[in-house]
Amino acid sequence: MPNAKHEAVPIVSHDDIVKVRQRVRDWAVALGFSLVDQTKLVTAASELARNTLVYGQGGTVLVEAVSNDSRQGLRLTFEDHGPGIPDVQLAMKDGFTTGTGLGLGLSGARRLSHEFEICSTPGKGTRVVIVRWK
Amino acid sequence: MERIPILKMGDSLLVTIQVDMHDRLAMTLQEDLTTRIVQHRARGVLIDISSLEVVDSFMGRMLANIAAMSRVLDAQTVVVGMRPAVAITLVELGLSLHGVRTALNVEKGMQLIGHDRREDDTGAEREA
Repeated sequence: MPNAKHEAVPIVSHDDIVKVRQRVRDWAVALGFSLVDQTKLVTAASELARNTLVYGQGGTVLVEAVSNDSRQGLRLTFEDHGPGIPDVQLAMKDGFTTGTGLGLGLSGARRLSHEFEICSTPGKGTRVVIVRWK
Repeated sequence: MERIPILKMGDSLLVTIQVDMHDRLAMTLQEDLTTRIVQHRARGVLIDISSLEVVDSFMGRMLANIAAMSRVLDAQTVVVGMRPAVAITLVELGLSLHGVRTALNVEKGMQLIGHDRREDDTGAEREA
């Protein structure tokens, strides 16, 4: 079990996407998430990590154990200093992509999480925060 | 360079994905498979994903691409062994793997390929 309450994982190469999946899996297992919940968290993390790398030109993810009342959860904060998203609402739509993907990354990650927050400033970067509760 | 092994079984190809693939490895597999389909005149492609703990949209797209490419090359693709948690997550993610045939395990996947082939053959005879 990770000892600290949080961990930052850099996302600068395609191998780091694999590493993010592994680290998020480790945290989800340590927090006692069910197998299905682990899979949802890892999948959402994989989508967002790829966005951070491909669209945000790299960044980091902060993995944090959080608690609220009697619930425990895992919060993932993806941050990049890339070009930002001019129209976040449009980017959240299923099937919208400026790249070569399926356009399911953001919308899919939102569906796989309990809380989802996105904040993007053109020219400054993008931050996406997701939380999944146990 | 790291590569996923492709095994030849009769006139089918079998791919067992056992590692958490990074995106480039997935792209390489796509190219290797199409080359091998033509090289071996394969009629079926079985992709065993029972070891995969996660299938995200990139991986899902790769599976759909392989199915589409092999179809164009006259081969059937069957994805076998998807874990229940992966299936649940894929659907929630919004990916239904449209156009990708699936079976519960390699044996059922092989049956599916064999069955389709027999149907193809009788169809061809009827037309002839």
